Amino acid sequence: MDEKERHATPATGTGFSRRGFLRAGAAAGAMAAGAGAARADQQPDPLITEVQSWAQGWGDGVDATPYGLPIEFESDVIRRNVGWLTADVISSINFTPIHALDGTITPTGCAFERHHSGAIELKKEDYRLMINGLVDKPLVFTYEDLERFPRENRTYFLECAANSGMEWAGAQLNGAQFTQGMIHNMQYSGIPLRTLLEEAGITNLGDKIKDKWVYAEGADASSNGRSIPLEKALDDCLVAIKANGEALRKEHGYPVRLVVPGWEGNMWVKWLRRLEVTDEAVQSREETSKYTDTLANGISRKWTWVMDAKSVVTSPSPQMPIKHGKGPLVITGIAWSGRGAITKVDVSIDGGANWQEARLAEPGVDKAMSRFYLDIDWDGSEMFLQSRATDATGYVQPTKDALRAIRGENSVYHNNGIQTWWVKENGESENVEVSS
Amino acid sequence: MSKCRRNLTLAALLAAPLLATPAMAETYNLGRPALPAEMKAWTVEVFPDGKNLPEGSGSVSDGESLFADKCAACHGDFAEGVDNWPKLAGGADTLARKDPVKTVGSYFPYLSTVWDYAHRSMPFGDAQTLTVDETYAIVAYILYSNDLVEDDFVLSKENFLDVKMPNADGFIVDDRPTTEYPLFSKAACMTDCKKDVHITMKATVLNVTPDQEGGEDSAAADTPADAPADTVVATAASEGASAEAMAQDAPAAAEETAAAAPAATQETLDADPALVAAGEKVFKKCKACHQVGDGAKNKVGPVLNGLIGRQAGTVDGFKYSKSMKQHGEDGLVWNEETVQAYLADPKGYIPKNKMSFAGLKKADDVKAVLAYIESQGG
Repeated sequence: MDEKERHATPATGTGFSRRGFLRAGAAAGAMAAGAGAARADQQPDPLITEVQSWAQGWGDGVDATPYGLPIEFESDVIRRNVGWLTADVISSINFTPIHALDGTITPTGCAFERHHSGAIELKKEDYRLMINGLVDKPLVFTYEDLERFPRENRTYFLECAANSGMEWAGAQLNGAQFTQGMIHNMQYSGIPLRTLLEEAGITNLGDKIKDKWVYAEGADASSNGRSIPLEKALDDCLVAIKANGEALRKEHGYPVRLVVPGWEGNMWVKWLRRLEVTDEAVQSREETSKYTDTLANGISRKWTWVMDAKSVVTSPSPQMPIKHGKGPLVITGIAWSGRGAITKVDVSIDGGANWQEARLAEPGVDKAMSRFYLDIDWDGSEMFLQSRATDATGYVQPTKDALRAIRGENSVYHNNGIQTWWVKENGESENVEVSS
Repeated sequence: MSKCRRNLTLAALLAAPLLATPAMAETYNLGRPALPAEMKAWTVEVFPDGKNLPEGSGSVSDGESLFADKCAACHGDFAEGVDNWPKLAGGADTLARKDPVKTVGSYFPYLSTVWDYAHRSMPFGDAQTLTVDETYAIVAYILYSNDLVEDDFVLSKENFLDVKMPNADGFIVDDRPTTEYPLFSKAACMTDCKKDVHITMKATVLNVTPDQEGGEDSAAADTPADAPADTVVATAASEGASAEAMAQDAPAAAEETAAAAPAATQETLDADPALVAAGEKVFKKCKACHQVGDGAKNKVGPVLNGLIGRQAGTVDGFKYSKSMKQHGEDGLVWNEETVQAYLADPKGYIPKNKMSFAGLKKADDVKAVLAYIESQGG
């Protein structure tokens, strides 16, 4: 009883004054001194009083690293995969180390990968994009052709439909990287798909645009063909040739990929080779036998394209224990919605009994990732950390229980339920579910 | 010139709303016309109504041998699935129970999807090699494995649409806008939202999170037997299912798989650590099917312990193709040269062998991967 009450008691109230914060922080700092931090009654810190090698000799010259990787001390901030998930690594997935990142743009080199037939090497010279089907004049473009169309820069998140899929029936993997890491957020430079379709001509369709589809397929062995409603194609899709300012990485579809903002990552066809305007959906493997959501009664939802609003606290989290003891603590995380901008993120430290509005680092951007912070004075007691996103439509991220009540436990895809981290008194966290 | 066009477009834009006037959209005269032969080569997807399905046919019995040769290594002789590879048969009436088994018979709503995917993307690692008739035959065999047709059935373009798929009516279009969005769009509770907060489930009970000490490979540790195939989603994690999810392959005793191998000969490749490291990377392409090292056992492909110096087709307990066995009996012994030749063109070097792998074209890759295999006891 006492235990439960304590869980339900916030470690700090919502009315938290800046002055109080600073005072509490100073006190905590004195008590929980980290390694190497000098205190008044200790020996001076040799890192300060002694001349260090890096302050004496040379570092690397400008020719040492023509294209850089993160410094070796960050070598644990990498994509990871889960061996038992799939039969092999060719048709598989890995996870973005979201627990260790900050800001909103995902560094390209650790942005998750999902391939159905491996990441292929396709040279720009060998690249062709065909547009055919119900167009006025079927066309073939080279990569150089694409570079001559007016292009735009837009930032979007890409989330795999299966992100958090392992967590449907309960807490399973211990780390935000594994539970919510099938996501990345990049700035794309690309040609509006509308521009290319209009280049091939869709005048023959007249006002029948609503009934038509675009079948997009890749050049790899899997082809990963997906049918996209023509309306969506004409609305905000991009044919991207750059991400985060540079050429797409091989694993993200070099040299050209499709960007389908807000919709499940599987539709963002990589190594895009063909766009066919059609009368009907192809009903390909990836839109029938996969990426469909089976409900408790055995009936499955299809065409569940939109990724609903979702968020997760990335730190503290199981891979990011609190090491500094009580006192000032930055709780941070990410939020996104396929239906618009994030307008608000609430954070609970007591398992959803009470919520505080977190601070968005920047105003939410349509179908892009937002970063949130909640700065608290941690009293050192255990917490049940949750975050809850609200998007521009007014949709509020539901609990897993609320989703399961509608969909059952076999849904596999589109789990956007609230995540709970049980932060223990020693600062370590664990993936748990709590009563609702 | 382009200025004129722009003005025209602008006038059109002013005259009517954008969506209604795709006719007036600006064009750039980029690209070139797609040629009929090019469109034919790439427009191969098959629609549910049979559109784009080529003329042809194939029987269950032809399909059975083709399947054994080209598909069974991953999907099993009876399409039941090997390890985590997709099960293509079975699973009838399981969709509404815990952990449904989704196969062609139990789940696929359209037969066109099966034909399309097999023809376009299979066999895994050797896509787009099945002929039209072979595809019909393999699809016929998959139907037979699901008890949907008799053993004398011949599938063709003509009777394709007559096949009834059991789960054809098992899908509805996304209904979240009516079933979920109204429910989840109410003002959120901020205080005293619930009385009782206690833990109902913990991830550590399952202990299936990858070890994170090293790089990506350290994650590929344990293999629960029943994780669904080719989805990125594990078995349900509730208490009831946890034992199943945790079930590991019995720890493979490092049997004397290397017994037949002569002790490392002359100068071995594995002496070069850089080569071994490069080989470890190349081996990623192999390890979906082959294991090597302590505790290795036969998977989709035979163990590679003791590979060098071994007669082809002789690993105990592995079910080889007839042709691989025959080559061994005819004197094929694996060494750098023969492995090189085999991997350069697996189906050409040993026709009708089971390995569905396109091969390693670069000699350096073969050398590296052999160095790695040797370093692991191969």
